[in-house]
Amino acid sequence: MSARDRILGKLRHGAPSTVPALPDVASWFAGHRPVESGTEKAARFRHFIELAHAEVYSVARDNWTATLHQVLKARGIGKLLVAEGTPHGEVALDELPPRGVECSVYDMAIEAWKSEMFNATPASLTAARAAIAETGTLILWPDALEPRLMSLVPPVHVVLLDATKIYNTFYEAMTAEGWQDGLPTNSLLISGPSKTADIQQTLAYGAHGPKELIVLLLEGEQ
Amino acid sequence: MIPAHTPPPRPADVYFFATCVVDQFYPGAGMDAITLLERQGIRVHFPEEQTCCGQPAYTSGFPDAARKVAAHQLTLFPQDWPVVVPSGSCAGMMKHHYPTLFAADPVRKAQAEKLSARVYELTQFLVDVLNFKPEDCGSDCTVVLHTSCSARREMGVHLTGRQLLGDLKNVNVAQQDHESECCGFGGTFSIKQPEISGAMVEDKVKALKATGAERVVSADCGCLMNILGHAAWKDAQEGRKTPSLPGEHIASFLLRRTSK
Amino acid sequence: MNAQPIHFKPSEGFRARSKAVVDNPFLRQSFRGAMDFLMSKRAAQFPDDEELQSLRSLGEAIRQYNLAKLPELLERLEANLTRNGVKVHWAETPDEANAIILGICQRHSAKLMVKGKSMVSEEIELNHAAEAAGVGALESDMGEYIVQLANEKPSHIIMPAIHKTKEEIARLFADKVEGVDYTDNVDALIQIGRNVLRQKFLEADIGLSGVNFAVAETGTLCLVENEGNGRMCTTAPPIHIAITGIEKIVEKLEHVPPLLSLLTRSATGQNISTYFNMISSPRKPGEKDGPEEVHLVLLDNGRSQAYADEQLRKTLQCIRCGACMNHCPVYTRIGGHAYGTTYPGPIGKIVSPHMLGLEATSSMATASSLCGACGEVCPVKIPIPELLMRLREEAFTAPHADPVMRGQGAGYSPLISGIWRGWAMVYRSPLLYRMATWLGSRFGGLLPARQGAWTSVRVPLRPAGKRLRDMLRERG
Repeated sequence: MSARDRILGKLRHGAPSTVPALPDVASWFAGHRPVESGTEKAARFRHFIELAHAEVYSVARDNWTATLHQVLKARGIGKLLVAEGTPHGEVALDELPPRGVECSVYDMAIEAWKSEMFNATPASLTAARAAIAETGTLILWPDALEPRLMSLVPPVHVVLLDATKIYNTFYEAMTAEGWQDGLPTNSLLISGPSKTADIQQTLAYGAHGPKELIVLLLEGEQ
Repeated sequence: MIPAHTPPPRPADVYFFATCVVDQFYPGAGMDAITLLERQGIRVHFPEEQTCCGQPAYTSGFPDAARKVAAHQLTLFPQDWPVVVPSGSCAGMMKHHYPTLFAADPVRKAQAEKLSARVYELTQFLVDVLNFKPEDCGSDCTVVLHTSCSARREMGVHLTGRQLLGDLKNVNVAQQDHESECCGFGGTFSIKQPEISGAMVEDKVKALKATGAERVVSADCGCLMNILGHAAWKDAQEGRKTPSLPGEHIASFLLRRTSK
Repeated sequence: MNAQPIHFKPSEGFRARSKAVVDNPFLRQSFRGAMDFLMSKRAAQFPDDEELQSLRSLGEAIRQYNLAKLPELLERLEANLTRNGVKVHWAETPDEANAIILGICQRHSAKLMVKGKSMVSEEIELNHAAEAAGVGALESDMGEYIVQLANEKPSHIIMPAIHKTKEEIARLFADKVEGVDYTDNVDALIQIGRNVLRQKFLEADIGLSGVNFAVAETGTLCLVENEGNGRMCTTAPPIHIAITGIEKIVEKLEHVPPLLSLLTRSATGQNISTYFNMISSPRKPGEKDGPEEVHLVLLDNGRSQAYADEQLRKTLQCIRCGACMNHCPVYTRIGGHAYGTTYPGPIGKIVSPHMLGLEATSSMATASSLCGACGEVCPVKIPIPELLMRLREEAFTAPHADPVMRGQGAGYSPLISGIWRGWAMVYRSPLLYRMATWLGSRFGGLLPARQGAWTSVRVPLRPAGKRLRDMLRERG
């Protein structure tokens, strides 16, 4: 008999005869979390992610690269990793090089350029799929165009978020989008720059992931 | 789990379950509690056959021994009167653990449940049932209250002791650091793990003394035995003749403050 | 990286280890400060008691529902993960788990494994087994990295290096990390760790992680962390191996948000962790990063024993937040190492006996005053004090034919059991009780001044000269 069969055998033998009712998660959230307007959600999102040390800039839909440029310039960053083939990546590729920011693209598998990614990529730009007001959280679904390491390895991570895509809660986000029907290779909730308090409970940022998280919040009409 | 309870109308009679610690080590506290109840016009009945709630064996991992002793107590309270217990942990044992202890014995389980429903910790009974408002006859003083973990977490009566002391107009109730933390008694824990228990009571006594209160009061004699026992030991170690932390059961303190 | 294996006999030397900490005022102060900090952080996250209590009830209901369906859910998880391309392995014992993990390492000629925080990997002593097999196993969580560099074990499940001061860490880094000068600036120390470990993430052949929740309906592994090392371990190396206890499973994705909220708020007082990482498959065709292979090792190691008993099953509700240790007056006095087990504190006392047997852990259950602080804060309402009493019973009752636990009766002493039988005989009999207490009241003065452990820090106990019943009789 395999370990699998032995473990399952023991568990089946020890299992209770009845299963309690399915817990009612929906009504807990309905009773304990407010449903807010777009403006309130944006404010709540901003409050909590700033509390977690992220920087948030309100930007216009047709001019966000100007703010992005300012953010990079203020940090002396002249190179940005962008996702070619995404709408925002293409805008960045069009508009940033004329302003003197070199844009690199993730156009091959990581194995071919891992060292460059780790050692010579000071900043990245990705989009957020959505966000969560309750906790000040960005939702990212990395994919072939915008791979996973983009939001992890570069020390400065800039995220573009459409303010109309903020959910009240994590629960609302997953149920509204039907995540239970299938999740991508990797999905992420990000709620600030990387941090640790492992040395004497003293908070320090930039433990292993980005030291800075900058959110460009797209507001106004689409 | 603290079940919601509706206080019964003011009874004429109550049973008094003294607990073995009060009977043997703090009889004065028992007398004072009885007097306090009698002054409220209540007839207090003390079943002579009572011994111990069974908790020491129960918490030490000997439920069979506990069951035998508890089964005896089940027979002592035939009338449907409240059972008042001057100790949060013993009251907690009778109220919350008796039904579990007799889970496999339907007859005794039913008896245990009937008993549990009318078990009250003393301060809870004074406040919730009698609506007792002590009239302070004493001079200004500062005391500090220690509430046992069972009274706080099992019986949920940590507020009733505070309320009674708060009603005494000349008594200032000091607040100790880490007020809700255990004093380190824990029955046989104190002798099985004396180093840890010793560290806990050391910290507790320090915190109580740091308030500057002239005495500690508590509704639990187990805690008092531990706290006062350590304070007296420390006094002896350091050559003090007068106790640096006197203490007594809250019943004794209340009775004295309300006696002209 | 030559961490010594602990040959777990936590009961042996427990008192000596706890005494060593209790007698060290510096350590006492340091643990107290750290626990006060964590308690106040948690309290600030739960300002509304009604919300807290209803969320705890929901958390408890979710865990109990999922445990009740555990065998079925494990099969669904396996089927869905397999469909997603994740390889699922089953291990009954730590040795089996190590063999599975090292087998994967060997197939890929792996030299270096970077590890995200995983208490289950500590439970199976993976680092030691890997070293013996010639695979470097490097901890990458900052606290775990520090502890490994010091050749120690974590002393807390969430804050592994909570027993160390920044000055100690500064000296450790100056001694052990090449080219580093002494600095006790915390930011500088973290940057040192970051630089060392970034190079390792780049080089590593294998990334190992734990799992916080495994979702059966989607076939998803969820990881909670702040540092990003967990994401590094699960994304940068070509192979990712996750290991989890079989209990950490939920049927539905919607079960995750309440548990996540309870976990981070109870553990470190955060409304959410920096990262919540949901992994459902290895790299798909066309994707440019992520591991080519993902493995999940499901470990039993005594969990199925706890599972078979209705009361002990509640042990498996645990979501490993560590709030019970943060609020425990015993943990606060002795810290994590004194326990001698992978999992310290109240949760350690109730879970370790299933992993190690009561024969090795029988004294752990006695190291509690049953104050109830742990049960009060547990986010999934595990009745820890009740379980401790049950474990005392299992340990101290004479060995019998059909035990529910390994090592049942290991703490049995005919003398102690006899004393309790004698006690029951006296206390169930009003006559014997009256005689015994009368003798006590008359001759209590003759009791010795030294009463064993009691008088190590207390004056001796002396019964009063009159019992309450005597006083009542005299009063008439």
